[in-house]
Amino acid sequence: MHIFKDTTFDFLRWRWHAVALSGVMLLAGSVMIVTRGLPLGIEFAGGTAIIAQFEDQPSIEAVRTALTEAFPGGGQNIVVQGYGDPSLRQVLVRVPEVGDESGASLSTIADETSEALRQGNLGEFTVIGTEIVGPAVGQELATKGIYAFAASLMGILAYIAFRFQLSFAVGAVVATIHDILITVAFLSFFQYDLTLNVVAAILTVTGYSTNDTIVIFDRVRENLRSRRREPLRDVVNRSINQTLGRTVITMGTTLFSAVALFMFGGEVLRGFAFTMIVGVITGTYSSVFVAAAVVTLWRGRNTTARATAQSARVASPRPALPKRAKSNRRASAS
Amino acid sequence: MTLRTKLLIAAGVLIVFASVGVYPILASYFTLPISAALSDMQLKLGLDLKGGVHLVLRVQTDDALEVETETAMEVLREALRTAEITTTSIQTTSPVEFRVEGLSPEQEPGFRQAAAEADANFSRSPGVNGSYRFTMKPNVQLTLRSEAVDQARQTIERRVNELGVAEPSIAEQGADGDQILVQLPGVTDVARAKEIIRSTGLLELKIVEQGPSSTREALLVNGEPPANMEIVPGDGDAGGGAPGSTVYYLVPTVAAVTGRDLRTARQILDENNLPAVSFDLNQEGARKFGQVTGSNLGRQLAIILDNRVSSAPTIEGRITDRGRITGRYTSQEAQNLSLLLRSGALPAELTYLQEQTIGPSLGADSVRSGVIASLVGLLLIVVFMLVYYRMSGVNAIVALLFNLVILLGFMSYIGAVMTLPGIAGFVLTMGIGVDSNVLIFERIKEELEAQRGLRASINAGFSRVFLTLLDTHIAALIAAAFLFEFGTGPIRGFAVTLAIGMVSNLFTATFVSKSLFEFQLSRRRQATTLSI
Repeated sequence: MHIFKDTTFDFLRWRWHAVALSGVMLLAGSVMIVTRGLPLGIEFAGGTAIIAQFEDQPSIEAVRTALTEAFPGGGQNIVVQGYGDPSLRQVLVRVPEVGDESGASLSTIADETSEALRQGNLGEFTVIGTEIVGPAVGQELATKGIYAFAASLMGILAYIAFRFQLSFAVGAVVATIHDILITVAFLSFFQYDLTLNVVAAILTVTGYSTNDTIVIFDRVRENLRSRRREPLRDVVNRSINQTLGRTVITMGTTLFSAVALFMFGGEVLRGFAFTMIVGVITGTYSSVFVAAAVVTLWRGRNTTARATAQSARVASPRPALPKRAKSNRRASAS
Repeated sequence: MTLRTKLLIAAGVLIVFASVGVYPILASYFTLPISAALSDMQLKLGLDLKGGVHLVLRVQTDDALEVETETAMEVLREALRTAEITTTSIQTTSPVEFRVEGLSPEQEPGFRQAAAEADANFSRSPGVNGSYRFTMKPNVQLTLRSEAVDQARQTIERRVNELGVAEPSIAEQGADGDQILVQLPGVTDVARAKEIIRSTGLLELKIVEQGPSSTREALLVNGEPPANMEIVPGDGDAGGGAPGSTVYYLVPTVAAVTGRDLRTARQILDENNLPAVSFDLNQEGARKFGQVTGSNLGRQLAIILDNRVSSAPTIEGRITDRGRITGRYTSQEAQNLSLLLRSGALPAELTYLQEQTIGPSLGADSVRSGVIASLVGLLLIVVFMLVYYRMSGVNAIVALLFNLVILLGFMSYIGAVMTLPGIAGFVLTMGIGVDSNVLIFERIKEELEAQRGLRASINAGFSRVFLTLLDTHIAALIAAAFLFEFGTGPIRGFAVTLAIGMVSNLFTATFVSKSLFEFQLSRRRQATTLSI
């Protein structure tokens, strides 16, 4: 069975359309992030959250009213939402403050919250989970998260620059940053909290996107060796077409996993799965339309394969592979 | 390598990893017979899946420095008294600094000699009018701080062990190295655990110099406590005052006997059948206690716990090795107190920075959702592979299952903890595993279409894609390494799963899957077509 058979789409012809589309998306995304903001999860922002399981499910409104009446200071900034499957009758209450960071008083806000719920006559309930993060820890987690992120990105890029050449690394950088920005814009639009899990998902997306890019680049590198007289543009186009089946199938199977996580993975993994879904789609798009386009733009329109292949060989740490037929013979003999 | 060897290797790897990773889980689920060593290896669940308490505390290391500064100051004061050198004042100005003032010039040589002892840990700098400033040396500060954190960690460990928590995890963390992470799986009485962990648990026995008095002011001389004395509050009903009121005692700053001289402590019932705590002193403690009680017959002895007098009985005879703490304790309080005394005092105050409690039901929900999501994802992939790649799809599925078995087995073997992000790492590994097979199969199809012959096409598919796989997997490994190095908690769990998944996937996609193809070809020697 074949999804794509001997396609000859001219992907690079559409590169300016892609630049325009990405530009519009990125602009809209930036506006989104600036105006709507990116809600920080409790790990980063600090605060108090409790999850209460009720005997009889009260309406979210009733819980909010109870808190507004009984919580010291009125509690305007309290977020109340259903948690998990409705049949579990769980409610998440999040308060931006924590108790004093001295002695054991960090949990005072959590105690006040459950006391307020008790006074609200909402029926019997048990607090099945609490999370209280003081500002000091939140700040440290955020800093560490950013470091982890930047370091792993740099690591991947250094590897690509080492294995391929600078123009490829630049293409991969641009594609990866593009994916991260678009993913974050979607998180902001749908108002998902930026939690540690979501950060892990963004990192996964980064890995997925570079994975996709490397597969196409690998094919470009291989084709550059066998088709020296062809213009670079044609080689890149051919490589994208040759790997198109794999690109689409992999996007599909990864989406299967991500959608399964989104639908069945429970409340905690929902943000993770959503990020994956967005990231896989934009990651595939950027590998085809952004990464390869940047390589050709960087090296100029009329470069022939020969010139690129020569610099590729200089940059490549391993000797060029023997010709295609020869390597086949050797492989089949083993 | 012959095909036979390859298949044997693959089968061997499968059996080893399955017996470490999969069998213990099945055995505990279906109660099958299993050896203790294997059952110990069963994959451990993290707090987010099992339920429990996660606490981050900060050790107020300034406290430990302050104690050191005060001790050094007292030593100097004593030395000056012996050498008959007078000063107008000696007092601390910060946790790491104290000042001596009003020294006459002719006494300075004697002063310098007396101060020599403090010089080891403090640097001395002269000021105007015969004043001197003693500042703790930076390297001493650093050592003391790290010792305080270390001691606090050990004390918490002892307390947690006394609480009887299975598989607790207690570790130092944080950029400044002054945080302690405490994870207590399965603990539900959070309030008690929190209280026991952070109670200082400092027991001091001191002779009462004056009091009890109903006001603090009555004990002051010229508006401040007499030299080397301090005022400590206590319960009104224990000191003869009105119930519920607070009374004050004047006691020496330096304790005759402290909790450090304790051998053990346990909960008992006193003569009124009320819960109390009895303690035994070690040899050194018994000697000091005997001396103090023997020379102070008829006076009151204050039993001070965390700077509050819990009782002040009159000394009726010389006591050496045993004492009793009474108060109006409940049985639980008496039990907690004896636990605290047994585990020793904390060197500094602790404050909570982060608390997370996951109820067991919440964790179980997460496990169920995670497993369902993984199975649904796996099923979708299996169906797709069978429809799209037909018989070759079976090879991919076998390789995929192989991969998951190795991943489970390896995680169990190294004692990695399965967390929710770890499950996500599982799902991602599954995705990349499928991708590897797709890459190979698409390449084989391409080679077949170029009329290269069946065997040559399969070989070319594997050998050409191998370099691509190497590149993608190394890139993912690099990312995982950085995530592990710089990340925290959940991110690290994700990184571990991803890294193991990458290595096992490279093995299954290239070695196992290829051996399966070769096996199929060996059965049909004249084959020219492939179901792909």
